[in-house]
Amino acid sequence: MNFVANKSDLKVVGTRPVRPDGMDKVTGKAQFGADLTLAGTLVGKIKRSPHAHARIVAIDTSKALAIPGVKSVITAADIPDIPSEEAFVGEGPTNFRDQSLNCIARDKVLYEGHAVAAVAATSSAIADAALAAIEVTYEVLPHVIDVEAAMAEDAPILFEGMITQGVDPKPTKASNIVKKVAFGHGDWQAGMAEADVVVEGKYDTAAVHQAYIEPHACIASVNPDGQTTIFASSQGQFMIRQYTAKILGMDIADIRVTPAEIGGGFGGKTIVYIEPLAVAMSRQAGRPVKIVMTRDEVFRASGPTSGGTIEVKIGAKKDGTITGAYAMVKLQAGAFPGSPVAPACMCAFAMYDLKNVMAEGYDVVSNRAKVAAYRAPGAPISTFAVESVMDELAIKLGMDPIDLRMKNAAKQGTKASYGPVFPVIGFEEVLEAAKAHPHWTAPLGPNQGRGVATGFWFNIGGESSASVFVNEDGSVSVVSGSPDIGGSRASMAMMAAEVLGIPYEKVRPIIGDTAQIGITGVTGGSRVTFATGMATTQAAERAVDELKKRAAMIWDISPDAVDWKDGEAVPAGANAGGFDPLPLAAIALKAAKTGGPINAEVSINAQGAGAAFGAHIADVEVDPETGFVKILRYTAVQDVGRAIHPSYVEGQIQGGATQGIGWALNEEYIYDKNGRMDNAGFLDYRVPVASDLPMIEAVLVEVPNPRHPFGVRGVGEVPIIPPMAAIGNAIKAATGMRLVSLPMSPPKVRAAFDAAKG
Amino acid sequence: MSKIHVTTTVNGEPAEFLCEPQESMLDVLRDTLKLTGSKEGCGSGDCGACSITLDGRLVCSCLMLGVEAEGHSIGTIEGVARGDELHPIQRKFLEHAALQCGFCTPGLIVAVKALLEKNPNPTETEARFWIAGNLCRCTGYDKILRAIMDAAAELRGEVAA
Ligand code: FES
Ligand code: FES
Repeated sequence: MNFVANKSDLKVVGTRPVRPDGMDKVTGKAQFGADLTLAGTLVGKIKRSPHAHARIVAIDTSKALAIPGVKSVITAADIPDIPSEEAFVGEGPTNFRDQSLNCIARDKVLYEGHAVAAVAATSSAIADAALAAIEVTYEVLPHVIDVEAAMAEDAPILFEGMITQGVDPKPTKASNIVKKVAFGHGDWQAGMAEADVVVEGKYDTAAVHQAYIEPHACIASVNPDGQTTIFASSQGQFMIRQYTAKILGMDIADIRVTPAEIGGGFGGKTIVYIEPLAVAMSRQAGRPVKIVMTRDEVFRASGPTSGGTIEVKIGAKKDGTITGAYAMVKLQAGAFPGSPVAPACMCAFAMYDLKNVMAEGYDVVSNRAKVAAYRAPGAPISTFAVESVMDELAIKLGMDPIDLRMKNAAKQGTKASYGPVFPVIGFEEVLEAAKAHPHWTAPLGPNQGRGVATGFWFNIGGESSASVFVNEDGSVSVVSGSPDIGGSRASMAMMAAEVLGIPYEKVRPIIGDTAQIGITGVTGGSRVTFATGMATTQAAERAVDELKKRAAMIWDISPDAVDWKDGEAVPAGANAGGFDPLPLAAIALKAAKTGGPINAEVSINAQGAGAAFGAHIADVEVDPETGFVKILRYTAVQDVGRAIHPSYVEGQIQGGATQGIGWALNEEYIYDKNGRMDNAGFLDYRVPVASDLPMIEAVLVEVPNPRHPFGVRGVGEVPIIPPMAAIGNAIKAATGMRLVSLPMSPPKVRAAFDAAKG
Repeated sequence: MSKIHVTTTVNGEPAEFLCEPQESMLDVLRDTLKLTGSKEGCGSGDCGACSITLDGRLVCSCLMLGVEAEGHSIGTIEGVARGDELHPIQRKFLEHAALQCGFCTPGLIVAVKALLEKNPNPTETEARFWIAGNLCRCTGYDKILRAIMDAAAELRGEVAA
């Protein structure tokens, strides 16, 4: 079945109903990770390293264990010492041993906040006393925080055995450089030689946190026979199950994970921090253990995304045709390998149709919290530099910046800079919509400027499962495996209702626990509405097939002679017989007599995710006295393929753009000279608040993805990519100054003014 | 340390509880009274997820002691709807899709209710400053502002419900 072609035939998809979980969320009933307590629950807390880099000489837990009310104290000695094993869980390649060592340090602590021990006690106060009573002896080691310092010859080394991969010849000496990656085609240097104009620049970005408002939280309960239940807030219940089983050496079938409502994730809840510790302590104590991180712990110990440096060089002909493009991206991975340097390089130039292009990058460890995915991991970093250089190029060529991008835009058939050939994409449509938007030509006042920038994200598919249950009364239950962060339950119900031909309100979606539904990858990579939506659609189609079969049985005709229309079985034509339509509810009522319950479960590895592009226009006003940058107007244009629930699609775009605005103007990890984070709270790590912002206008361009039954592309990642350059370009337009370092906070803008004055 | 007995009113109903002298009102609500609608996002007064009212005034319950409730009246998200009828602010949040994850939502609804009781006709800018202490990381605030302005108009009787 393919619904893409006829948008006008769609009855549910494209409308804006109230989300099914909304009532719980506006009344305070929704259960998030910290909201469940079981009888006898113990309070779990974690002891963390005060040092950025140190050898653990000894840990003495005896005094803590002696405190009445302390039921469990664990260190790495209580957790299996598992071997290195590469895997793909969550949102990227990972290593189980690294994940284990990140949950609890074994021989060395690698960053301030690294867990060294955990306690479970009968009250919060007793748990605090136990943490204080644990004695850890450290041998403090020299530390390194910044990426280029970590790459230096004489840098303190985090891992003695780390030999850089991907360089030829293979180095003989250990370093902090995990690997080198390179993506591109053609001969970029020859491309530069052909150019009339070459622009280059070096940019840097700060580490920024996803800053979901809900801290990590879980409750775990282990029975004496090893059967374990976990209730946790995360982007994937199956991800938690897999990591916990691996890290603790358990059978997967012994672990049942129920997804709590999740209070934001943005990629940051695609790995585990606390669940294996809660399980290990519950096993020791024989009681449920609940761990809730503090905000301070979230900042210090859970992954932000990388900061880094990016050098970009672009050459073009006088008419704007780009002849060559090059980028060098160096990213902080934090304390373990795994920065998003590969996607940063792959996305850097993906907006453009280039003959000669190369993006190279290094993944570099340093004494910071291990990075985790954050919305379009890597792409915002490289794109900030590339789109700033594109703006400089437009200025140098005297070209309209949208025209310059249009001249070089990737389109169907373009060989993407990261390898594949693009199928149907909507970048040109996005640029046209941006140029046609009244915002692009609105007047500006003094000290004001306008910038534009674009961005690309692949979007992904992957493993997803969904079930459709036709209930006895004709209502329908849909179970899927994807935690709902931004309204995806509504999309699942809408797609199922569309296929079944029944009203949205008749379909109730739930998110299954790991024992109720097949394996489903994490909610991330902008995959849920695409991949889980595809599974849901297919399950609904199978339910329709079954409903037709049952109708055929009732009418005693061949199933081929039955059609499905608006929620009813109808004879396929005059020859099929003159039966009255059989509504879904009537068939459901007779299910027992026609073969039993009518259900369908579908598990797939979804292919054909549709790449998406966005273009953002930002107006700023810069105060020359204070260096304060105010966002006056903001428009985000994006190809979404097809919006299932347009309000939540707009919401993704508005939220992503706002996170990008925070990244551009305020947010950064600040370290003191001892490698300790200086601003681990919302007062000093400033995310955008309502009074910082104007309305964010989301403009939805719909170039359907032919590989999805409704044309869906991913939506959530693209909007965080363009804002930094759009704002930097607007500041350039307002002041004539090019800011090359994020965040473009008042002190940096002031410094730039001062430098310009000389 | 012995616990202190507190007599108070929560969502219009008489309530009593025992709490440690240093225990926050947020912990009392969540752990003792089992009213988990108020959330902890920071515990330091910076996110507003724990917003409640104390005698009608908006406060961060993470910054208030449980013992301070003695003799006062507490309002939480659980008391905003009347029976099975949502408050217009709650309804407008749903209609405008003013929530994604929904973690900030209880605190925001409590804050907006306090705003509109004080100022039934706020400008968009006034509303933005009023909720500047309520962080939302998901929505970019756009739809929240639309829900607030629409709810305010409805409460003033300017548009049909
Ligand atoms: S939890 Fe009270 S303000 Fe954040
Ligand atoms: S909806 Fe997620 S923080 Fe506001």
